[in-house]
Amino acid sequence: MSDYGQPNQQVFSDSLLELAKHNRDILIVTSDSRGSGKLVAFGEELPDQTIEVGIAEQNLIGISAGLAAAGKKVFAVSPACFVTIRSLEQIKNDIAYSDRPVRVVGISAGVSYGMLGATHHSLHDYAALRCINNIDIIAPADNFETREALKAVIDHPRPVYLRFGKKAMRNLHDPDTTHFEIGKAITIREGSDVTFISIGEPTSRALEAAERLEKEGVSCRVVSMHTLRPFDTEALLDAAHNTRAIITVEEHSVHGGLGECCAGILMQRGINIPLKIVGIPDEYIINGEQSDIFDYYGISGEGLAASAREMLKVSV
Amino acid sequence: MNSHHLQLKSIAYRKTILEIIHRGGAGHTAGSLSCVDVLNVLYNHVMNITPENFHEVDRDHYIQSKGHSVEALYTVLADQGFFPQADLEQLNRPLTNFVGHPTRKIPGMEHNTGALGHGLAVATGLAIAAKLDGRSYRVFTLLGDGELAEGSSWEASMTAAHYKLDNLVVIVDRNTLQITGRTEEVNALEPLHAKFTAFGYAVREVDGNDVDALANLLDGVPFEAGKPSLVLANTIKGKGVSFMEDVKVWHHKVPTDEQLSAALSELNQAQTTLESLS
Repeated sequence: MSDYGQPNQQVFSDSLLELAKHNRDILIVTSDSRGSGKLVAFGEELPDQTIEVGIAEQNLIGISAGLAAAGKKVFAVSPACFVTIRSLEQIKNDIAYSDRPVRVVGISAGVSYGMLGATHHSLHDYAALRCINNIDIIAPADNFETREALKAVIDHPRPVYLRFGKKAMRNLHDPDTTHFEIGKAITIREGSDVTFISIGEPTSRALEAAERLEKEGVSCRVVSMHTLRPFDTEALLDAAHNTRAIITVEEHSVHGGLGECCAGILMQRGINIPLKIVGIPDEYIINGEQSDIFDYYGISGEGLAASAREMLKVSV
Repeated sequence: MNSHHLQLKSIAYRKTILEIIHRGGAGHTAGSLSCVDVLNVLYNHVMNITPENFHEVDRDHYIQSKGHSVEALYTVLADQGFFPQADLEQLNRPLTNFVGHPTRKIPGMEHNTGALGHGLAVATGLAIAAKLDGRSYRVFTLLGDGELAEGSSWEASMTAAHYKLDNLVVIVDRNTLQITGRTEEVNALEPLHAKFTAFGYAVREVDGNDVDALANLLDGVPFEAGKPSLVLANTIKGKGVSFMEDVKVWHHKVPTDEQLSAALSELNQAQTTLESLS
């Protein structure tokens, strides 16, 4: 297993093209987003399975719902920042409420677009979609999770949101020994002091923090919570019962995402464990590339390690 | 179904619409009365949709974008045999599926609507799928005129023309009223015919409360090969009940006992007159 793979959205588009060559019902629906979505090759090789609707995200989702109603396996691909808000009512009514199993794919998600600024960041999508019934939410952390998630959603009976970023991802799993299942977290490494529960691209940084802390004698569990809904409550409770503190990590606002999901479950069960939610705080975001933004807000190996030390009152 | 039967159906439907809204204590009265002749002609004369073939993809499809006129659709679907007529009594009863906008939990409902500006894009997707698969089904969608202020309807119109969807038939219930008042005073829509033409539709205008004219026109879809068809159905909100016609307050006003009685009496009179002509 090499250290670094490709951008998740590249893996998604390459894998989808291979699947679609053997299944004419697989369609991509795009909103002038084939370039960002790495889907130019798909469009060229399978033009009859490519529906372009122009820069019109409401239209993108409505048309996708209609195609799904006719039995098509639809991937509606558009930047996460636009497709999850501009067309939120279409996602709510035409897909989720109408129960049309469209696969909404948010590309260049989180702060992938970096210096393009806040209009292009999606730090709201988990929160927005968690409030809408009947749409699953998956954010793969590496190329393996991306490939497996794609395979899993081809015949998924419910609407689903997939979230991918632009940067090449560190490989986190051994494909030969790791099992991926929607709604089942993957424990990347075991540990007894603190658990990092992470979703999506920052998961490699949680692993980096665990590696740093190991050298200091702090034992960290790292859990890739690739699916936000259905949520793996069991994995969270196991971390709460068998480690001393939990740090959640997400490329999202600290409001309404993974962290608050975990907090809600723990509090309602009366489980009192130190918990820190690491994400983007409720403020005007700094300008920078994804890595700059991660570093600034403590979503880095050192930043997350510092959070762990503080929670465990460990001095270096 | 011949013209005489279609006309009698429309009267019967109007009576049922008023009765269920009166019993249910809520509903979109005038809009249901304006569009019920369109639904009558679609389900009894034009479309190939039955309870028996509803589970199949390869039959005609109908998306009611103006979901608030659901009482007209419930009435027609019951008459088509999608569910027992007695189920209409469940309108607005808690814990039933007969809510104030369409849901797929009701047999015969194709899509959940209610938020405006959604139906045309979904219908467009269904029509594209037919083209991709070489299927012969057609997709019909009914839009309110007020909802044309939603930009999403125009987004979908561009795509329908781009993909040359001559299997798509868009019908606009042009009753000229919305909840606040005249469409032209709220946010002017005209010139609608020219706008739709410019967006790539083959446009026809018709008296949308005249079942014969509707049937004749819709027999001719697509109006032009390679273009989506658009019917500007000029209707009267509250059609069929004199004191409701073209009066904005009846948008979602519920008739009192006396008003229901007067409305039914007027419709019964029309029915008697029509029957005497047979």
